[in-house]
Amino acid sequence: MYAWQGKVLRVDLTRGTFSTEPLRTDWAKTYVGARGLGTKYMYEEVDPTVDPLSPENKMIMLSGPLTATFAPCGGRYEVVTKGPLTGAIAAANSGGAFGPELKFAGYDAIIFEGKAEKPVYLWIKDDKVEIRDAGALWGKNVPETTDALREVTDPDARVACIGPAGEKLSLIASIMNDHHRAAGRSGVGAVMGAKNLKAVVVKGSGAVQVADQKGFYEACLAAREKIKAHPVGGTGLRMYGTNVLTNILNEVGGYPTNNFQTGTFANADAVGGETVADKQLERPRGCYGCVISCGRGTKVTNPKYAGEGEGPEYESAWGFGGDCGVDDIDAVTKANYICNELGLDTISMGSTIACAMELYEKGCFTKEDTGGIDLSFGNAEAMVEITRLTGLVEGFGKELAQGSYRMAEKYGHPELSMSVKKQEIPAYDPRAVQGIGLNYATANCGAAHVRGYTISPEVLGVPVKVDKDDIESKPGLVKTFQDLTATIDSSGACLFTTFGIGADEYAAMMTTATGTTYSTDDIMTCGDRIFTLERLWNLKAGLTKADDTLPPRLLNEALTEGNSKGAVSHLDQMLPAYYELRGWDADGVPTPAKLEELGIQA
Amino acid sequence: MAKMLVLHAAKCTGCQSCELACSFEHEGIFRPDASRIHVYKWEAESFSVPMMCQQCRDAACVTVCTPHALTRDPVTGLVGLSEDKCIGCKMCVQACPFGGAIWDEISSRIMKCDTCGGDPACARICPTGAIEWVDDVAAVRERKRGFAEKFKEAFSE
Repeated sequence: MYAWQGKVLRVDLTRGTFSTEPLRTDWAKTYVGARGLGTKYMYEEVDPTVDPLSPENKMIMLSGPLTATFAPCGGRYEVVTKGPLTGAIAAANSGGAFGPELKFAGYDAIIFEGKAEKPVYLWIKDDKVEIRDAGALWGKNVPETTDALREVTDPDARVACIGPAGEKLSLIASIMNDHHRAAGRSGVGAVMGAKNLKAVVVKGSGAVQVADQKGFYEACLAAREKIKAHPVGGTGLRMYGTNVLTNILNEVGGYPTNNFQTGTFANADAVGGETVADKQLERPRGCYGCVISCGRGTKVTNPKYAGEGEGPEYESAWGFGGDCGVDDIDAVTKANYICNELGLDTISMGSTIACAMELYEKGCFTKEDTGGIDLSFGNAEAMVEITRLTGLVEGFGKELAQGSYRMAEKYGHPELSMSVKKQEIPAYDPRAVQGIGLNYATANCGAAHVRGYTISPEVLGVPVKVDKDDIESKPGLVKTFQDLTATIDSSGACLFTTFGIGADEYAAMMTTATGTTYSTDDIMTCGDRIFTLERLWNLKAGLTKADDTLPPRLLNEALTEGNSKGAVSHLDQMLPAYYELRGWDADGVPTPAKLEELGIQA
Repeated sequence: MAKMLVLHAAKCTGCQSCELACSFEHEGIFRPDASRIHVYKWEAESFSVPMMCQQCRDAACVTVCTPHALTRDPVTGLVGLSEDKCIGCKMCVQACPFGGAIWDEISSRIMKCDTCGGDPACARICPTGAIEWVDDVAAVRERKRGFAEKFKEAFSE
């Protein structure tokens, strides 16, 4: 079998046992890998109504067929589980070198079941697997845990772990790997914490083989050259990182500021990628097999916020920057470092602080409640301090650790949480850019830009320019982007490769790697199938059409300034057409005919 | 004119594409342990550097190789390995101060950089130009130019 290892590791944490089993190759073929395959395993094995933090929930780490190959940016893995933040299917994607190492160790996936009696970590060295005591590691942050585990296992081992946030079941906790890389969203870190699983450590010495050596190598070389020649994929992202977007979105009037109260930030440039490159950038970084190098190896010398690490990416810089009204890049980067160290999702953290700031300014709580922290918009010091407290789940940080929706609901204003399915919305205002709003509302993991990144055509003009304010073109655009993304996520490669290549190149790489023929249409159909299965899971979990919405502010309150002044999201006009295109009925339920077309047995 | 592989650690992003290309070029599979080049990373400092055979003039591996499996070509300046002469004693692994000679447990043999016969895959595919295959004279001049620029920065203000 090619591109796959054909082996799944199943770990029963309750019993402290493990076993290996053959990969379901029939599922791998139709659900591609990583995100899609993980969803299929969840669909077959886990009751969607399960409490996400109970032992009955499972957590699956998976690579894809292109992971650990010469495919450009083929360094990804996925964490699939029921998300505690959202109650929906979670698929948190991460880079670094952990995923490839897992594959070199001989496994396509690890399925974690149950809950360990006390803290443990999993140590995998090829076919040698051990569940080891992690009592001494509990409470340690991500770099401390990573370094300590390498000392007792292998200096070149790859480590995925949680920090204090995950241990203490923060619903915005991430899983961190290779120090700085995050499977960030939907609270997957809390699932690991609830299972008493501190870390997964892997060292592999095996090989990945492809079906058609010459064909695969040529397909990969061609794809690599296309990305390297692309102005965004080859040049822009290396120079300025994803944060090159700050000034662009601000110009469009879609840079959410002060918890989405406006769409422009007066001092946006101060937290943009150009400023980071000028003040903090040490060198660009790449995940395994990367040709793009959007990662930012940075250093902050300002003694107040001194530190070294990676980031900020655009979403992080926005969350701690404009969304909190903060224009001090050193404070922003420091907050990013704290999230990496304590294991928090930067998007949810930034947006939850912004929500707390609005609640604070509206008088929903006072300095007395916050333990003396003045949570006014623009207060950089307070922003950094509350990030730290949230990561440690201490003091007023306990409130924010539940995410913005639960916090805002507790203080009587759930409508001030800028979230979909209780997951915080990323850094593009859906009033200024119509398509991205439809994607936020329908993304199966809750609000996420990386489920259908229509910002590419709507703002950047990649691969072609689409009018950002147009409504009619958006249902089709969003579906196409969501489907292609589902396949790319599942292949084990990075979504950013779409700054250079598309479904044609993926068809060529998937075919030559696996030996199964995938046409360009197949690539899109696989994505449709994966997306629809996620939808079915969510419906069975109890989510409905009513959850496919945006916060009322974005639907009703027009932007008051900037180049998108007067705009609101027209979600209601796009959603019915979107359902129809997807083959879903008026309630957003996939029709039997559609399921049959996709070969899904519901 | 002889050529050499030049490493620019400051340009390395740690992507390890060179390891994938090397193992694939030589073995037809993706197996980092079978790569002749390896990237070492300091994650906390976001720093990485690729390491491979330096093709030494007075090569310790050649000196200790009793069956003369390792020899240096006086024209190309490259240290070559004749696998049929190699007895697998691993003395070259012991002797090389750079870790350039590798014992591969899985295939049970010595592996070392052969510059892919004069067109090294690592340099060809490195996405940032951190590994270059250049004329040895040009390589030295580029290094000198790099340091000269630092002097220029320091004294030209």
